Amino acid sequence: MELVISLAIGIVFGSGIWLILRPRSFQVLAGLMLMSYAVNLFIFVMGRLWVDAPPLTPAGTTPNPALLADPLPQALVLTAIVIGFATTALYLVVMIGSRGLTGTDHVDGKEPEL
Amino acid sequence: MSLHWTQHLILVPVLLPLLVGAALAPLTQGWHRLKYWLSYASLLGLLATALALIFMTDGGHWQDGMGIYLAANWSAPFGIALLADRLSALMLLLTAVLGLASLHFTRTRWGRIGVHYHTLFQFLLMGINGAFLTHDLFNLFVFFEVMLAASYGLVLHGYNAERIRASMQYIAINLAAALLFLLGTALIYATTGTLNMADLAARVPLLAGDELALFKIGASVLALAFLTKGAMWPLGFWLPTTYAAASPPVAVMLVLMTKVGAYVVLRLWLLIFSDNAGGAAGFGGDALLYGGMATIVFGAAGMLSTDTAGRMAGYGAIISSGTLLAVIGYGQPTLVTAGIYYLIGSTVAVAAFLLLIELIDRIRTPRSAMLALTMEAFAVEDAPDEPTGRGVPAAMAFLSLAFAACALMIAGLPPLSGFVAKFSMFHALLNPQVAGAAIPTAGWVLMTLIILSGLIAVISMMRFGVRTFWASGATEPPKVHRSEVAPILFLLALSVLMTVQANPLFGYLARASDDIHRPGNYIGRVLSAPTVPGPGSAPGLAPATLSPQEAP
Repeated sequence: MELVISLAIGIVFGSGIWLILRPRSFQVLAGLMLMSYAVNLFIFVMGRLWVDAPPLTPAGTTPNPALLADPLPQALVLTAIVIGFATTALYLVVMIGSRGLTGTDHVDGKEPEL
Repeated sequence: MSLHWTQHLILVPVLLPLLVGAALAPLTQGWHRLKYWLSYASLLGLLATALALIFMTDGGHWQDGMGIYLAANWSAPFGIALLADRLSALMLLLTAVLGLASLHFTRTRWGRIGVHYHTLFQFLLMGINGAFLTHDLFNLFVFFEVMLAASYGLVLHGYNAERIRASMQYIAINLAAALLFLLGTALIYATTGTLNMADLAARVPLLAGDELALFKIGASVLALAFLTKGAMWPLGFWLPTTYAAASPPVAVMLVLMTKVGAYVVLRLWLLIFSDNAGGAAGFGGDALLYGGMATIVFGAAGMLSTDTAGRMAGYGAIISSGTLLAVIGYGQPTLVTAGIYYLIGSTVAVAAFLLLIELIDRIRTPRSAMLALTMEAFAVEDAPDEPTGRGVPAAMAFLSLAFAACALMIAGLPPLSGFVAKFSMFHALLNPQVAGAAIPTAGWVLMTLIILSGLIAVISMMRFGVRTFWASGATEPPKVHRSEVAPILFLLALSVLMTVQANPLFGYLARASDDIHRPGNYIGRVLSAPTVPGPGSAPGLAPATLSPQEAP
């Protein structure tokens, strides 16, 4: 499972890097989104991989840490998703504004001279 | 038992701008005067709080000059700890002062175009203040994002094609840096099992083998995120374009934001990789030193090659960032003292210069064409007052003298604060901590670079000044409003004050530098900070504590 997950994160992140180096703003946006998915998965995995282990403890019992997943990375991922979502939406607005004002979707605001 | 009221002051620099910003959001632009004054009141409050915090930390009211606030009453490694010490109190003061100057500048023009300027401005202050106060890595990320999200909106303020283009790059690079920040944080959590900075510093010496290597990778990735903000070469190419494009009052706050990156590196590196850190001691110092030097070279070359004032200010900020990073990497406490003085002085200088640029531009183009375009795009109906009538007499003389003062400060010539800063850095470099020890080559190289960058700053500022004031052929003095002159005078006066009062200021900075160079004391204080017993707990009983969590 470790190998599959690390490969998945690596492939998604690598695709993201390739995309943010492209000249069209939508490709950059898609790249940033892919990278943020990979990062979110990465944070999640940093709490170690658990199967069938809840991050919560029932009330009134003494929790056994060996049976529980680490709740902190899950909380971090939640925050990271929200923040990433908001900033990506903002970037989308700027992108549309740039398209409207400059008439091109090139990241430099003008087509390269060939 | 409850907290003494002064403890709550630590939270004010975060809460006050948050509440004021939220209160301003629903007000329409018809209320722009009210918005301006509410914003102003908030900044005065922040200024008073920062002064009170300096008084509390340096006046011996708090043990070891540290005030600790446990958010939601969770004991230290579990909850988020906010901490005010001498360094963070000073940075809060700098934020409030620059914010005040920037806000005052917006009164007649900039604050009135665009809708949510003041709201975003308050949120920006909240993020910056939070980053100075928090002592939890993930919370630091959140405050960084608050600060950045507000700055995206502010850079776009006065919407035109140039700003949009600069914003696209600024936002993209900062989103990528935020992802690196998260990666670094996750790696650090995976190896140490904690995100609290004090707990982290206590656990780093116990790391060994693979975990230590992984931790170092995590710290390096994290550093990349800060250094992107701090514009270290080769991560700082975004900076000059963004500074030149942003409206002047916003650019002032951006100058401060680059210093937030340097501040975090200063605090975190001295804490985590201190001499007590075992296998990790001194990690990355050389990278900061040589990276800082490369940044100085890059900034100086850029300054020489450009002839637009906005980009010149941007490269000036890069030089100051590079100097600061090299000073941190050099690893000598007395040099750090001088470095913090330099940080404050250069921030004030570049900020004053950025505000001045807009007024100087009016010599070339009497009617600000760009602003007219913006107002058209925004369909502002009641045009802001043209700055006539109450103009300042002898505007040309003021502008040229203020320009000369800024040039002196940025280049580091006597008699203003830039000179004191550079002189004290040389003094520290020439007097190593161990008496009689040889000065390493890196020290000589750093001194040469600082002198050369000063020379280059003089050359390019002179060139710009001659072209603008002597060779522009302007016959009519530009129209300058009083509210635009006041903040520049204020910042210049501050620089004079820093020069005149250099001795007490250096005393304070030496104590601040001493604090951050003795992490053991700090770790003990934060981890043992008592929680407040709840109303339900019996008197005399210690509050329930959780057993230390197992490192995964």
